[in-house]
Amino acid sequence: MIVKLFPDAEAALAAVKDGATVMIGGFGGAGQPAELIAALIAHGARGLTVVNNNAGNGDTALAALLKTGRVRKIICSFPRQVDSQVFDGLYRAGRIELELVPQGNLAERIRAAGAGIGGFFTPTGYGTELAKGKETREIDGRMYVFETPLHADVALIKAEAGDRWGNLVYRKTARNFGPIMAMAAKTTIASVHDVLPLGALDPESIVTPGIFVQRVVKVPRSATGPAGFRQAA
Amino acid sequence: MTMAYSRLMRDQMAARVARDIPEGAYVNLGIGLPTLVANHLPRDLEVFLHSENGLLGMGPAPAAGEEDYDLINAGKQPVTLLPGGAYFHHADSFAMMRGGHLDLCVLGAFQVSLHGDLANWHTGAPDAIPAVGGAMDLAIGAKKTFVMMEHLTKSGESKIVESCSYPLTGIACVSRIYTDLAVIDVTPAGLKVIEMVEGLEFEELQRLTRVPLLA
Repeated sequence: MIVKLFPDAEAALAAVKDGATVMIGGFGGAGQPAELIAALIAHGARGLTVVNNNAGNGDTALAALLKTGRVRKIICSFPRQVDSQVFDGLYRAGRIELELVPQGNLAERIRAAGAGIGGFFTPTGYGTELAKGKETREIDGRMYVFETPLHADVALIKAEAGDRWGNLVYRKTARNFGPIMAMAAKTTIASVHDVLPLGALDPESIVTPGIFVQRVVKVPRSATGPAGFRQAA
Repeated sequence: MTMAYSRLMRDQMAARVARDIPEGAYVNLGIGLPTLVANHLPRDLEVFLHSENGLLGMGPAPAAGEEDYDLINAGKQPVTLLPGGAYFHHADSFAMMRGGHLDLCVLGAFQVSLHGDLANWHTGAPDAIPAVGGAMDLAIGAKKTFVMMEHLTKSGESKIVESCSYPLTGIACVSRIYTDLAVIDVTPAGLKVIEMVEGLEFEELQRLTRVPLLA
């Protein structure tokens, strides 16, 4: 019998190694696996490369991980936000390396890794400083930039519900990077709020099939909070 | 002696852009000024609003107390989903953009060049922390890219320029520019003025803009 369920986040993350590349799902707070990030902090792995759309909000979750000083490099599209003070401080002090990637190139590089693609030509970023030094090619009269796949050792993602085979469904726009990060990592660890019996998830509606998921951890349901924007006074 | 004219306010600019969005269009409204356009689309007009974080059929902001921060827009603000709307992951969302499936995107800008080059992501200031998000994907992906911006900087310089001095977001990607003074099409022949605010003479618009305009 195959059971991918782990008793808690700490147990699921026990094998993360120093120097690992860790993809972390989420767009701001939506889809950010806070419990898995807390377990990564408790685990103590250092010299990490983190892949996320942003670079943390406020001083919790991803921002708290950055604050430990154990993240050597972050690969993201939108680090600077109204509440990205932890990243901002590290960056200005030269204590974290930033690889800035246009958001769609970030998503497609992750997808390419998961799909076994060795790279792709994209029109996004052509002629800009984010394409500097990269191979370019004219295809049918349009200019493209070559981008490489982005693999990870571990992906930490947040889903809404799953089963013991690792099939997952998500909630609203918290889906964001979850399905593609699950494909791109050697070990994908998903937090879920509900664990359902096999067969209870509608096979027509499963978003991430269990083949992409190695570990599932049930965490208590809590409301996602606001992050990453200036709230009206 | 020039006639008196007044600049459009932000909401008037948004209303002007909204008039050019046809029923059935798939549209992405960028963060900032373009977001206001949604408030001016007639309620009975079916326009599909896309948000790059993964939804199509985006509705208005929720009522106070009804916010769900798993349902947000690209600016991370709480939104709603219209009946018929859909959620999808990031690779699909950016395929919609890069793949030319969106009819229209409306973006803010620091500068637009004579040839439709766009600069809107980074001032290039040495102490600025860069952040690009989906700006470069949006600029080049939609069938048409509209820019909405004030015509002049705070110090009175034209934001329509010979060539952008700020870092580029995309090359030759802008089709139309809406400012607080005029609507201008980027054409192979040059920048063609489609309309101007009431009372503004072409000569005055040309004087303010510096780069050559076509009447």
